[in-house]
Amino acid sequence: MNRRPFLKLVSALTIAGALAANAASAETIRIGAVAPKTGPLAGGATVTQWPSIYLWVEQVNAAGGLTVDGEQMMIELIEYDDQTNPGETIKAVQRLATQDDAHFIIAPYGTGLNLAAAPLFDRYGYPQIAVSAITDQQAELAAKFPNMFFTLGTTTALAADVVKVLTDMRDAGQMGDKVAMVNVADAFGIELATAAKPLFEEAGFDIVYETSYPLGTQDLSPVIKGAAAAEPDAFVAWSYPPDTFGLTEQAMIENLDVKAFYTAVATPFPGYGARFGSAAEGVLGAGGVNPDSPAFMEYAAAHEAVTGAKPDYWASATTYASLEILGQSIEAVGLDREAVTAHLREATFDTILGPISFDENNSNADFWTVGQWQGGVFRGVASRGRDGTVPVILKDGWE
Amino acid sequence: MRNLILAALAFGICALLPFGDNGYWLGLGVTIAMFTTLATSWALFSGPTHYISLATAAFFGVGTYVTGLGIDTLPFWSLVGLAGLIGAVLAALVGLATLRLSGVYFVIFTLGLAELVRQVITWVQNNTGQKGLYVLTDLDEAGIYWWLLGLAAAVFLTGWLIGRSRLGFALRIIGDDETVAAHSGINTARAKILLFMVPGAVAAMTGAILAPRYVYIEPSLAFAPILSFQVVIMALLGGASRLWGPLVGVIPFTFLLETVSSNFPNQTTLVIGIAFLVIVYLLPNGFVGLLDRVLRRTKANEVQ
Amino acid sequence: MDILITGILLGGTYALIAMGLNLQYGVARIMNLANGEILVAGGYFAFIAYTSTQLSPLLTIFVVAPIAFGLNWLIYVLMLQPLVNRAKNRGQLEQDSILATFGLSFIGVGLMLSFFGGDYFSYSFMAVPVELLGNTFGANRVLSFVMAVVICGALYLWLNRSRAGLSIRAIATAPASARLVGIDVKTLSALAFALGGAVTAVGGALISTYLTLDASTGVVFTLKALIIVIMGGVGDVRGTIVAALLLGVLETVVASLLDPGLTLAAAYVMFLAILLFRPQGLFGKKPT
Repeated sequence: MNRRPFLKLVSALTIAGALAANAASAETIRIGAVAPKTGPLAGGATVTQWPSIYLWVEQVNAAGGLTVDGEQMMIELIEYDDQTNPGETIKAVQRLATQDDAHFIIAPYGTGLNLAAAPLFDRYGYPQIAVSAITDQQAELAAKFPNMFFTLGTTTALAADVVKVLTDMRDAGQMGDKVAMVNVADAFGIELATAAKPLFEEAGFDIVYETSYPLGTQDLSPVIKGAAAAEPDAFVAWSYPPDTFGLTEQAMIENLDVKAFYTAVATPFPGYGARFGSAAEGVLGAGGVNPDSPAFMEYAAAHEAVTGAKPDYWASATTYASLEILGQSIEAVGLDREAVTAHLREATFDTILGPISFDENNSNADFWTVGQWQGGVFRGVASRGRDGTVPVILKDGWE
Repeated sequence: MRNLILAALAFGICALLPFGDNGYWLGLGVTIAMFTTLATSWALFSGPTHYISLATAAFFGVGTYVTGLGIDTLPFWSLVGLAGLIGAVLAALVGLATLRLSGVYFVIFTLGLAELVRQVITWVQNNTGQKGLYVLTDLDEAGIYWWLLGLAAAVFLTGWLIGRSRLGFALRIIGDDETVAAHSGINTARAKILLFMVPGAVAAMTGAILAPRYVYIEPSLAFAPILSFQVVIMALLGGASRLWGPLVGVIPFTFLLETVSSNFPNQTTLVIGIAFLVIVYLLPNGFVGLLDRVLRRTKANEVQ
Repeated sequence: MDILITGILLGGTYALIAMGLNLQYGVARIMNLANGEILVAGGYFAFIAYTSTQLSPLLTIFVVAPIAFGLNWLIYVLMLQPLVNRAKNRGQLEQDSILATFGLSFIGVGLMLSFFGGDYFSYSFMAVPVELLGNTFGANRVLSFVMAVVICGALYLWLNRSRAGLSIRAIATAPASARLVGIDVKTLSALAFALGGAVTAVGGALISTYLTLDASTGVVFTLKALIIVIMGGVGDVRGTIVAALLLGVLETVVASLLDPGLTLAAAYVMFLAILLFRPQGLFGKKPT
């Protein structure tokens, strides 16, 4: 038996350990990050979560670090891939808290993974500023996990504002009241569809076509053809990334004639605009930003310069804002996690999205809900308390 | 008898873990207990029959859903039992349909089973207007660990009993030569189906126990297919021919995964893949096989 | 009629996904779980070629095919042949190859991640409507169907008319006897495996014109391919084509007339029915 590889490994580990110990003694702030780099949610996390984290760390360190008690401290980022597996998320958070001795941990990606990690953030007393965790249970969750904060909005708000946008269009005489509504049969899609259906009915809409399709469906033409046969005035899909693309392409091919076309997650991705070009004009989607605000423009430029990719027009900026909040709070009260959590509840933070503060349910009440591709940019057309919404335009064909 | 006492003692010691460390090591303990339960029950079926089941993720997912749907109305312990029952029935149905076929069809069917069950469940959920499933309980990490440990003990006991029963005897003959078994009057299909219900029930119960740990039940997370493969590789790394074999695989593999994911955050998948290959190429019969070889060699030396 | 054509087009996609695996499993006896990663890699190539140099995927495939052929040849000779040599029986080889290729699929995902990142990749290529019998379909789907017909046809002719093809079919039916009549099983198995990889990668390049892929999606395609290959009968080109078309039509019928949420359930019912009544596959010969 050859012993050498094993010895090599041991010595490598020793060196790594020594380095880690060294790093710990130097004046750095250890920030942990865990999110998917592989698995079903990797595609989304690669666009939305990781680049903003890298950008923030890079910018803070380039500026000399965060000021803690009058001292400049650089950030050391410790990152883990949870493989889109809640068991791995739990292990990674535990490792960050107990082995790596991280000062702070950035909230994971996705509703399921954030909630799987919540009991640990709570037990170890880490503030968890969740971004991509959209849920109606914010009050219950904040009561159970007092360290958990929500920034991106609720399921019902997301659904209700789509209904509102369509209601306004109908009341302005721009379209009739027939809606085709489909959803991906996964937790997020089901939740949104269940929330939206009674709202549409209340608003006097007639749901002429309704169906769900499994995640990963390869051919969505039956869905679009079924919707087209019902001759709706508006098409609403509570969809996930691969099917958002698939539904749009089928709608183009079928030339689905609607006045409003909505697909949910991934519509604000820069890849969506790049792929569909002028056909994307007028497509509605979840989220939005104010792309003309100087803060966002500066952020987008830095994002592209540092990570080589454009940010999306929704959760990317919110992810970055959540890190700004964390940084500002650390600078205000220091590395004491309890103090930071208390500070998060009270203070108002100045972010690239504008001011953000958390209410009694640890929720940020001001967020974007609906956006639309207009002139090659995805602009917010509906929001809760955000400035810069623009009027909705009608979907005018697919050319 | 001595073995039983030793095993009971070992379990007693394991049960003390939460008093020693309530954080990182307990977390690893939960992972190890979970995979020990899954891999041992897997080997109970696949060891003697040589069928490779990739259905673990399907049963596990069903279990998490049982807890997710019932947590607001039923007590937790009854949900674990219910999950076991549903898992066993589902396993019996799958076994009835596929266990008369040759091994490879079984492999492929079980591989797709997780996806199938997941889509049927989400379809039902979608059409009954079920909202997201939140499992908010007071069960903490230590509680989950003890539940899993108890289940693991039950699995070991079941395995030990099966080994001494008529069923176990029949299975050994089937494993050696199915034709011989059939000719000597053993109902091979029935024996295999009965045995397949064990990992089905156990995986579903494991899922039910772990659901509170995940808090939010999402189909894509509950039915992740990688679980099935992890269980297989761990069981084979240890060796499926002995009751304690999988345990010997679970512990080093868990630590290996832990080392990989903490040291290679950007290449986790790549390194796990390489580890898979190393195991397949260098340890084809697992640690049990290695041990047998070593024992045989020392015995041969003694004879000389 | 509309449903039928949509279904047949989807069947063409499935044929592209499954044909390569059929060669690999049928002849080389390797149930290649890394099949989906080869497919995604082919798609990546087409994506990069198209977005950086506007090279049409129709031309890219001529680059993709030889690269994938060479790569798969190497994989077979270096990694899988030792398993074949070591295996005492069919079951042992199946178990080893499942685990080894599962490991390979992880390595594939890991490599693609480190080279290309985990982002979705999708581009618009021929996403224009084509009119067939009064209904509209995506031109890219129609094109990929035509390519599927060409590839499957060429494979079928090659397997049935050429000497190498006949030998390969002999190996698929009876590997032990094939050796006795002087067929070089080793070389031809490697050839079949490599060819299967090339077909899969080309399929991936074509599919990427209308499906959105990312580094981790391979497993979805592996699963579909496995089901189709088993339904059609191992090592049988005709069977795979028929099974792929059947599956495509069945899924479309269920999605259009019943509920898109039940497509996979329907596919599995068909899979089970075929297994129970024709365990050797649609066109498979009864084992002697």
